[in-house]
Amino acid sequence: MSVSSSDLTDTGAGVSTSGGWAERLWATFTSLKVAGSLGLAVLILAGWEWLPGLLGIPVFIIPPASDVWAEFLWMIDRSALLYHTFITFMLVVVGFVIGCLLGAAGGYLLGISRNAEIVLSPYILALQIAPKVAFAPLFVLWFGYTFTPKILVAVLIVFFPVLINVLGAVRAVDQQQVDLARSFKANRLQIFSKIELPASMPAFFAGLRIGSTLAVIGVVVGELVGGNTGLGYLLTFAQGQANTPAVFVTISLLTLIGIIVYLAVVVVEGRVLRYMNRRPEF
Amino acid sequence: MTVVQMADSGDRPDTVAEPTRLTFEQVTKQFPQRGNRRQRKRMITAVQDLSLICHDQEVVTIIGPSGCGKSTLLNMASGLDRPTKGRITVDDEPVDGPNSHVAFMLQKDLLLPWRTIRENVEFGQEIQGVSRAERRARAHELLAQYRLDEFADYYPHQISGGMRQRAALARTLANDPDVLLMDEPFSALDAQTKMILQRDLAQTLIARQKTALFITHDLEEAVALSDRVLVMSNRPGTIIEEIIIDLPDRDEPFARRQHPRMAGFTRRLMELLHLGDAPEQTTAKQRPH
Ligand SMILES: Nc1ncnc2c1ncn2[C@@H]1O[C@H](COP(=O)(O)OP(=O)(O)OP(=O)(O)O)[C@@H](O)[C@H]1O
Ligand SMILES: [Mg+2]
Repeated sequence: MSVSSSDLTDTGAGVSTSGGWAERLWATFTSLKVAGSLGLAVLILAGWEWLPGLLGIPVFIIPPASDVWAEFLWMIDRSALLYHTFITFMLVVVGFVIGCLLGAAGGYLLGISRNAEIVLSPYILALQIAPKVAFAPLFVLWFGYTFTPKILVAVLIVFFPVLINVLGAVRAVDQQQVDLARSFKANRLQIFSKIELPASMPAFFAGLRIGSTLAVIGVVVGELVGGNTGLGYLLTFAQGQANTPAVFVTISLLTLIGIIVYLAVVVVEGRVLRYMNRRPEF
Repeated sequence: MTVVQMADSGDRPDTVAEPTRLTFEQVTKQFPQRGNRRQRKRMITAVQDLSLICHDQEVVTIIGPSGCGKSTLLNMASGLDRPTKGRITVDDEPVDGPNSHVAFMLQKDLLLPWRTIRENVEFGQEIQGVSRAERRARAHELLAQYRLDEFADYYPHQISGGMRQRAALARTLANDPDVLLMDEPFSALDAQTKMILQRDLAQTLIARQKTALFITHDLEEAVALSDRVLVMSNRPGTIIEEIIIDLPDRDEPFARRQHPRMAGFTRRLMELLHLGDAPEQTTAKQRPH
């Protein structure tokens, strides 16, 4: 066997520099998908507008889309819809942020201290199993018809998925990576900030995604139980008036709030996890 | 300097004259046996009364059957694990924890996926608080040496396995350790990439005057890269034979592989490992790490 050093050349990096045709095909696919989505939206709206009437469903069960739109404009004008939406949005954001911070802090503390985890895990499990929204009346009893009970329900409901995800990720950190840092004489803080924290980021963001949708539920339940502000309040009000279009409007706006928070998480995640080089997704 | 009793090293006349970098003195390592609770006090002896010396700028390779305690030796030398009995010294100082005289490199490249190649190479110096400019310069030099300068800002998953392992080598050297501890560093690479990396390593060790303790299951690699090969027994591991590889061209493994005496050395190692004696014993190469 005769091998000279120049015979052996390393393969290049696995970065695709494929020709333009592949990219164009991909772009075509993407625009087809966007067109498909929009087409579907038009189809659904049209179905919503006319199908119930054709099937003889009364308008107080499923009001046509145009009625809901008219109600939306009317509520902006008369029911301070934007004010209530803003209140709910703020409470969702505040509850979500506090819940995430506490959940992450708890996850890291438990992940790092085995003793704390052993002592606290039964209580955490119990609290995790308890239906969090059931605490809403209790919080209203404690804090009255203020913003506090709504935020608290959101915090409580966001807390656990974030904590569980972070805890799992810290426990699953590659011991060899930790040993590598230790071999360079890293102290505990450096092991945390340079290995455990970045290694847990994907799981942390998975927790945030779940939390972002749960935060809306928490705030709405708080508002349903008591108070005279927010979309949850409008919801009970509309129900009392048998105003189905107003219920539809409120549900749509709640969904919109959830989408906004979720997208914010996705955008930040894309920045932080840039290294993972994933396709954009929702 | 303490004169250490060496197993089978009597035929090396200049043992005492050369400065030593790494020594194991009568080292024993036991692990608590896992699994069975009733026999909780039973211990597994991974390494038994093992002594060895790596002299300055020497490349010593350890071969031995799977599970005989080779990786355990490296863990203890790097200070990540303590011997149950005996003493380990690096640069005449007892090893009582991780220290900057040694650095290790494993089969897994252990590049952190959230850091670029450059940032990975800088990792050790960053932990030790070296200034940004200084570690940049160091990383730049090493990346250029290992033909990675174009890929400095890539993430590990964007480059090939051979490049990743070269980046790991650069990271290992960035802190300028005296002793390199290498645990099957090339065993996950394809044959061609492996040869290139062996040459890169061989030339680095000569050029930078490093000492190395190298573990491999590849007998040709052992002969091509080392000054001495130590053969370990089955568990409890101890050194049963020392073979001095008195071939020229330690910095040119390609040339060494063609040396007429190459085959003789590998045949001798195969005999010592009882490879080919019985079919079921020829599996030493199968189990990674
Ligand atoms: N942390 C540990 N706890 C318990 N036993 C261990 C531990 N580490 C290693 N051992 C045992 O010590 C013995 C030696 O292990 P070691 O990893 O050093 O072998 P090795 O020679 O590197 O094997 P290989 O060639 O397969 O990599 C094995 O029997 C293993 O089961
Ligand atoms: Mg091993």
